[in-house]
Amino acid sequence: MTRLLPGTIDCDIHPSVPSIQALMPYMDDHWRDMVITRGVDELNTISYPLNSPLTCRPDWKKPGGRPAADLATIQREALDGFGTSIAIANCLYGIQLFFSEDMAAAFAKALNAWMAAEWLDHEPRLRASIVVPSQNAALAVAEIERWAHDRRFVQVLLLVSGDTPLGKRTMWPIYEAAERHGLAIGIHAGSNYHNPPTPVGWSSTHTEDYVNQAQAFQSALTSLICEGVFNKFPALKVVLLESGFTWLPAHLWRLTKFWRGLRMEIPWVDRAPADIVRSNVRLSLQPIDGPPDPASLNRLFEHMQSDELLLFSTDYPHWQFDGTDAMPDGISADLARRIMVDNPRATYARLEVAQEIRV
Amino acid sequence: MSWHVVAAVGDIPPGGRKLVTVRGRPIAVFNLGGEFFGLLNRCPHQGGSLCEGVLTGLVEAATPGEYTYTRKGEILRCPWHGWEFDVRTGQSHCDPEKFRTKSYPVEVEAGRTVVEGPYVAETIPVKVEENYVVVDV
Repeated sequence: MTRLLPGTIDCDIHPSVPSIQALMPYMDDHWRDMVITRGVDELNTISYPLNSPLTCRPDWKKPGGRPAADLATIQREALDGFGTSIAIANCLYGIQLFFSEDMAAAFAKALNAWMAAEWLDHEPRLRASIVVPSQNAALAVAEIERWAHDRRFVQVLLLVSGDTPLGKRTMWPIYEAAERHGLAIGIHAGSNYHNPPTPVGWSSTHTEDYVNQAQAFQSALTSLICEGVFNKFPALKVVLLESGFTWLPAHLWRLTKFWRGLRMEIPWVDRAPADIVRSNVRLSLQPIDGPPDPASLNRLFEHMQSDELLLFSTDYPHWQFDGTDAMPDGISADLARRIMVDNPRATYARLEVAQEIRV
Repeated sequence: MSWHVVAAVGDIPPGGRKLVTVRGRPIAVFNLGGEFFGLLNRCPHQGGSLCEGVLTGLVEAATPGEYTYTRKGEILRCPWHGWEFDVRTGQSHCDPEKFRTKSYPVEVEAGRTVVEGPYVAETIPVKVEENYVVVDV
């Protein structure tokens, strides 16, 4: 196995909200009443069903409860377990599913306050993403502005599948705010389930939903590039989280090929899509879809034409590998160091600042 | 390299084009408002016949949503996959350094000069009182 280096940064871990009750102290009075009056007893999505093997590795399971739901557990299993110097918490909690924009905003505000008070305040190795009510860009920007002063928030979290493709101009205020504050945009696997999670309709199983996340990421990436998000916000960094990355070279070949003949539709895209990805887009390491042998994996890295694209992640507590084998075997020491240390630091500008503050 | 007479000026009106063969090479000759340009009739992508392409303008955008349309009639779009080429240079728009179709110098010469040589007129009957399109191949 490839040993993890000192200073490794885990760019994708998932603390769980233990229950809706945990957020109640952080809700406004009105919304606390509404949760009770409307009988909102829990926010469960089908993205990560509690009993799916993918949702939690067997050795991290908590009988009768959610995994990764308290600080001591995450310290033991994620931070100490892998020896990472920093881990970025991306909390997946169904807020994006609300049809009420106001209720989504109330929950996002409570979730971020809970994250700051119960996690970030107690563990200097943790950073977090700002969860936003992406149903409404103005409300999402307000949530970004609420937390932007807190340098422990290093990213804005979106789900890959929402009401519209992510490149649409209705989303641009979110990207403007993120760029202005030096926050990355993290796009995580998952859907608000207002539309089928696959482009061909509703599937029958978690297997199909999860595997087809890769196609959702392809669509989102294509939308961001073609709509001109990186022309409008050239300093914006977008990180695809839990997206897999083996699809990337083939997709960029395809996108670049058709851009050459159809670029008059999108004349602002004035360089090849593959170039835009190399300057503005990054991807988390786990899950690694394969291939199993190092030679083929290294060939894939060659196809990616950059050693700056991948950011180390464990995807804790999701079951993507066993033990501490988060890094693939057989890659060069130089690439390994870039994935674990250099690339996350280059992507998340706020990591450097936060460390200085801590010292 | 030698100059070849390929058409009388009146054969290719402004905005028109003519496919000619010179020394075995298929060359598309274009008239852009009285200026003549010659391109090898083979798209560097997959060999499409550029002479059959649509002449369009150059679409650019300084920012998403703001379209500018300039150089009307000077951009040639390959009929096969839509790659755009600058008629004046043969360079592709998508990757001008890497992909270009060969451009041939084209001039207009008086019939009297053409008759005196050293021009080669393979199929064009030349009259001293007319002007001719000549290509350097």
